[in-house]
Amino acid sequence: MWLINSSIGRKLIMSLSGLFLILFLTLHMVMNFVAVFSLEGYDAVCEFMGTNILIQIMVPVLAAGFVIHIVYAIILTLRNQKARGNDKYASSSKTNIPWASKNMLVLGIIVLGVLCFHLTDFWAKMQLVEWQGGHSALGSTLITTVFQNPIVVAVYVIWVIALWFHLTHGFWSAFQTIGWDGRTWYPRLKAIGNIYATIIAVGFITVAVYFFFV
Amino acid sequence: MDKTINITLKIWRQRGPKEKGAFETYKLDGISVDSSFLEMLDILNEKLINEGKEPVVFDHDCREGICGMCSLYINGHPHGPDEGITTCQLHMRRFKDGETIIVEPWRSAGFPVIRDLMVDRHAFDKIMQAGGYVSINTGGVPDANAIPISKADADEAMDSASCIGCGACVAACKNGSAMLFVSAKVSQLALLPQGKIERARRAKAMVAKMDELGFGNCTNTGACEIECPKNVSISNIARLNREFLKAKLQD
Repeated sequence: MWLINSSIGRKLIMSLSGLFLILFLTLHMVMNFVAVFSLEGYDAVCEFMGTNILIQIMVPVLAAGFVIHIVYAIILTLRNQKARGNDKYASSSKTNIPWASKNMLVLGIIVLGVLCFHLTDFWAKMQLVEWQGGHSALGSTLITTVFQNPIVVAVYVIWVIALWFHLTHGFWSAFQTIGWDGRTWYPRLKAIGNIYATIIAVGFITVAVYFFFV
Repeated sequence: MDKTINITLKIWRQRGPKEKGAFETYKLDGISVDSSFLEMLDILNEKLINEGKEPVVFDHDCREGICGMCSLYINGHPHGPDEGITTCQLHMRRFKDGETIIVEPWRSAGFPVIRDLMVDRHAFDKIMQAGGYVSINTGGVPDANAIPISKADADEAMDSASCIGCGACVAACKNGSAMLFVSAKVSQLALLPQGKIERARRAKAMVAKMDELGFGNCTNTGACEIECPKNVSISNIARLNREFLKAKLQD
């Protein structure tokens, strides 16, 4: 199967799973932002996410998207280290490439690490409870209480910044791997990627900081 | 009298592919800033030979930046600190008096060291043999404009064809990926009518050979493009991805 046996196939898996996670991020950020305008509206969104059947089907798909993206990140990194060889350059690499592009794995690990903590903070008290037949904590209560803790807000902000770096490389890189036309679209996709990453990061951080001060 | 500089060289010495290598330090005084980097190495080798020592082995041929033979990883950059040139076009005026210059071979699992600074780049030839050609007889040189090719395509193909196959892209890549080389070779033919017919087979065969030889997976860091002495663009890599995926989806 060329998808898993060829380098470009493996990269396509990274690219498509990444784009899928980008879609999820966009949706998540928009829903969070509802809370800034109306806590009742946010509760309605939480209610919908906890009970709507289509969403419940999508949750395992989303989890699979994460798993695939992470597993392939590890596979590709190990293969690339092997291809690089054991001999390192004594004069190191002075090539001036974007910092994020050479630290995608580390950034990904930071994102994943805080994600686990985030899941216990919110997801386990909301969607998971609904699945177990209980009635979830009110989204508005959670969002206002959790973000009262300055440490949580600080960790959250660092997390989103790591995500921002990850996206500045990941966004255009995903399109490059699909083979989106070069010369003209390369600078455009880079610009769109940076704008998109900034919108996402500012959106998430605004919500956290807003509920810290409110 | 020319301006001259005194330099210290730290050069990788390795007697054979299986043997352990190490850095040796050499001091050279009175090197003219107008001499090229390879001429400086020639001076070093002459000195070593006169002292009864083994000269440093390094690849070189045309010394005018078109053959792709010279290599060398100099102070953290393939082909040295200048942009858009090969090592043979690098001059000593680029270095300061008293500077220490570290000279290493290309380092990648796909390019094993043969001796000192010379590496085995046969892998590139094998990738070319897998499909980097047109397999029909195209006859003599056709009349100008007999085959309509747009200016944009002609320019793009020419830019891709400027790849000299030196391997700096692999040497610069943190993943040891040969994608820039392969993509340039696939692109130059995919853009022109003579090469278009076999484009699907070519993309599949060359990528398969590249993977088989153990080159890494491209993560779009773009280091190759920055260090390429011919400024081959990574838009070629996007084209290779497109060619390969299209070919596989057609199957």
